[in-house]
Amino acid sequence: MNYNWNWKVFWDMAADGTGTWGMTLFYGVLWSLAAALCAGIIAFVLGSVLGVMRTTPNKWAVRIGNAYVELFRNIPLLVQLFLWFFVLPELLPKGVGDAIKQMPPPWASFVPAVIGLGLFTAARISEQVKAGIQSLPRGQLFAGTALGLTLPQTYRFVLLPMAYRIILPPLTSETMNLIKNTSVALTIGLLELTAAARSLQEFTFQVFEAFTAATLIYILVNLCVVMFMRWLEKSVAVPGFIGPAAVGGAH
Amino acid sequence: MGDFDFDVIQRSIGYLFREGMTFTLTLTALAAGGGIILGTLLAMMRLSSYKWLSVPATAYVNLIRSIPLLLVIFWFYFLVPYIGAWIIGSPTPIRVGAFASSVITFTLFEAAYYSEIMRAGIQSISRGQISAGYAIGLNYWQTMASVVLPQAFRNMVPILLTQTIILFQDTSLVYVLSITDFLGAASKVAQRDGRLVEMYIFAALVYFLISFGLSQVVKRLQQKIAIVR
Repeated sequence: MNYNWNWKVFWDMAADGTGTWGMTLFYGVLWSLAAALCAGIIAFVLGSVLGVMRTTPNKWAVRIGNAYVELFRNIPLLVQLFLWFFVLPELLPKGVGDAIKQMPPPWASFVPAVIGLGLFTAARISEQVKAGIQSLPRGQLFAGTALGLTLPQTYRFVLLPMAYRIILPPLTSETMNLIKNTSVALTIGLLELTAAARSLQEFTFQVFEAFTAATLIYILVNLCVVMFMRWLEKSVAVPGFIGPAAVGGAH
Repeated sequence: MGDFDFDVIQRSIGYLFREGMTFTLTLTALAAGGGIILGTLLAMMRLSSYKWLSVPATAYVNLIRSIPLLLVIFWFYFLVPYIGAWIIGSPTPIRVGAFASSVITFTLFEAAYYSEIMRAGIQSISRGQISAGYAIGLNYWQTMASVVLPQAFRNMVPILLTQTIILFQDTSLVYVLSITDFLGAASKVAQRDGRLVEMYIFAALVYFLISFGLSQVVKRLQQKIAIVR
């Protein structure tokens, strides 16, 4: 096999002339993480709202929540990003659409990527939140109401604090999915980690060094997420209630 | 919305489905079939008491599951020609078509996800059944093939199908290799005729209808299985 290994390529000047290829990859990670963080915030807030809506006694809230989840889960993420990137500016009034299209380079693809990833992930988080709330005994809701709390108060002080603790492990894997999914944004021109590795490969032909580096970085990021979530799980655990180990055995 | 051009969809619908959707569905079917077989083998390896079987299988599954599908697509697109050359002893990387490359990629990628499902399925069968299999004189493969796997498979059918719907959606990512799958075909027409809005909305609608329809079938199936238990 005649492949020329050249691990020093990361210290060579990158094609854009502003730094080394190593720096290109580093900025790639930063863009991946920035997109994941912004999308994560949207997904967490919207997903929580939708998840709560789907457990309320209000029929219309349940219907709207269910419709949202079905819509966003059954269209491929790539197609969703295309809709936000190519289609949305055309459907808006001409002035607004043109303003979106003329945003300076990273933002023109970063903003649609964040919106698309955020709304896509929100559907998945809402499933987790709903499952978390429904896994609590019915008595908790009744006890809250019996204490004289209103329904929003019961959610705020009784149901949600326990539900979030229960769903921390699935939220960990959703977070990792979200970080992995940011790579899809390369199709609308965001220079995140996979795109950075790809441009390194295209300009230097060092295919395997580029992808090995990207793979190792993804694994490292995943490990950090897992460790952070484990720490979070431990630090918010309610003594005597749900330990990280007891979650699997609880049902 | 006034100038929404339905005609462009009508003109290209034959091409979209004959070329694009055929590719997408063929790729989904082959990768799902191959992925489930390979995934089941991986699950059996992971549950094996031999370290030299369980450690590599675990490492493979964890590695694949921690990197994005797009990166895996790029990896295999460039790696498969070298592996092929290594297998047949050719000095230069062999040429692998886009179709073969994407079938190999998706099979190997999805195998990691199917293996997690099948592992849960195998573990859901009580140990007593395996002991019973051995007690009546079956060997490992016979116990697996006629006692454990049929039940594990049956329990996991809804989840395997859900994963297959995800696979169906994920195949749209072969777009990055400029392959004419359904989205690729829609995108080519969109670029050619300057009709991005119509084509991408239509593509989203088709993906939605197929995935939603299938997920309703899975829901029905789940209810049926739940009643049997």
